[in-house]
Amino acid sequence: MTKQFTAWIQAAPMALVLLAFLVAPIVMIAIVSFWGATEYSIYPAFQFDNYEFLFRSPVTYTVFFNTFKYAAITWAFTLVIGFTVAYFLAFEVRSLKWQIALFLLCTIPFWTSNIIRMISWIPFLGRNGLANSTLISWGVIDEPVEWLLFSDFSVILAFVHLYTLFMVVPIFNSMMRIDRSLIEAARDGGASAWQTLRHVIIPLCKPGIMIGTIFVTTLVMGDFITVRFMSGSQRANVGRLISNDISLLQYPSASATAVVLLVAVLIVIALLLRLVDIRKEL
Amino acid sequence: MEKRSRSFYFLSAFFALFVLFLYGPILTIGILSFQGPLGGLTFPMNGVSFHWFRDLFQEQAVGDIWGSFRRSFALGLMVMITTVVVSVLGGLAFRKRFKGSTVLFYLAIASLVIPSILVSLGVGLIFNQLGLPVHWASSGFGSQLTWTLPFGLLIMFAVFNRFDKSYEEAARDQGATAWQTFAYVVLPIIAPSLLGVALFGFTLSYDEFARTLLTAGSYNTLPLEIFGMTTNVTTPVIFALGTLTTIFSFCIISVFFLMVWLMSRRKDKGSDAGKGMV
Repeated sequence: MTKQFTAWIQAAPMALVLLAFLVAPIVMIAIVSFWGATEYSIYPAFQFDNYEFLFRSPVTYTVFFNTFKYAAITWAFTLVIGFTVAYFLAFEVRSLKWQIALFLLCTIPFWTSNIIRMISWIPFLGRNGLANSTLISWGVIDEPVEWLLFSDFSVILAFVHLYTLFMVVPIFNSMMRIDRSLIEAARDGGASAWQTLRHVIIPLCKPGIMIGTIFVTTLVMGDFITVRFMSGSQRANVGRLISNDISLLQYPSASATAVVLLVAVLIVIALLLRLVDIRKEL
Repeated sequence: MEKRSRSFYFLSAFFALFVLFLYGPILTIGILSFQGPLGGLTFPMNGVSFHWFRDLFQEQAVGDIWGSFRRSFALGLMVMITTVVVSVLGGLAFRKRFKGSTVLFYLAIASLVIPSILVSLGVGLIFNQLGLPVHWASSGFGSQLTWTLPFGLLIMFAVFNRFDKSYEEAARDQGATAWQTFAYVVLPIIAPSLLGVALFGFTLSYDEFARTLLTAGSYNTLPLEIFGMTTNVTTPVIFALGTLTTIFSFCIISVFFLMVWLMSRRKDKGSDAGKGMV
């Protein structure tokens, strides 16, 4: 038995799962995006109607704009917060034991339910929620603010809450690999803390930042549930466009939108991947 | 120890706020789930009671919660075992160079970044066109694997990149077969990391929503059931459920950490192999 053959056998289960549940579904979506639909059923065809309708509709552009907007704003917040948290863990916490403990503290919510984490914002943000009653008792506002819940604000807040972790982990990983003597050298060379950060640490963290960026942007772009739940169905992104079509049984139209979303996501990733080699980072 | 700078205190405060941001909301619903029978979804507390927890145990009041919990638990175990086995095999394969490894690697990465709703929609369409019924244990199971396997594989990469090959060489030199080398040398060394893979496999499956949405069929998993509740349940019973399932997740996570800790302690103590000789 050659080495090559053994490797193939070992890789086969993974390959089969991905072929059956990732590649095949995407091929299927691409095919169905050219099909036609009646009110109750879909039928095979080769027509561009779904795409034509999609690109003709002004809603599409608004919704795609919204999707990119959510992704960009969430990215900015998660990057700043994630970097700061990772920096604190990697450089300010000095014992390895504490580093691990605090790092785990940050990652545990990742292993709990996203839906529950979204629901748990309601008592905070609602009209009579904690935020409003606190602000009123402090005299900051006279009557409850309406835009805390079911708005762009709550959508982005939930995204940041759910996904900052995806920035913290890869950036922390990059930071822990930085040779501490480089930082000493910078300090000995007379660099201020700020200059060390700007010219030594940030450039060396670039791979981690990129991996975090890929995670956060793709998760936000592909989302449909956070936007639906946190906006009380008042805002839309591409994912919701797709899920609305699905609930109306308009699978071909949902597929066409899905294909366009996929292309958009892949373009974003391709741009980001030019900047970093993921495999080297593990 | 050198004196802490001002930035340390600033960053500590920032970190504390971040942790509060992470855990604050879930603690709030934890408190609110003890609302009195007349209490609402927000403060103030209208008395303190177990009313809403009791509600959860009266099946007809809130739908098939326990059924969906059982399904989610079973599915989590299925996904966990499959993820561990398939990821270890995949990790072993990637240690050797094989044709197609680059393609497989990028497929796994693609699986992480492709919007979940595409997997959900595509798998649903395929089952539909093949005339197969969607079911959580078939289509749902496969769809969830596309989310857990890449994490498993990435962990295995990290493990094998740090793996000291001389252990295996030593085993081989002593005449161990390939299987013996794996079972008695490699596996014990990587075992704590496998617990990590298992933790990802179980918890990501247990909480998975988007990929299961169109692939679970007529029997809901717990996250689907909870999401269904958000549209028609307006009492703190949903907080009670959220609190219970979060506590359950915390227990699972603690069990895994405890196991890793026990394992590493045993390793520190060292083996007594060969001691009898002296």
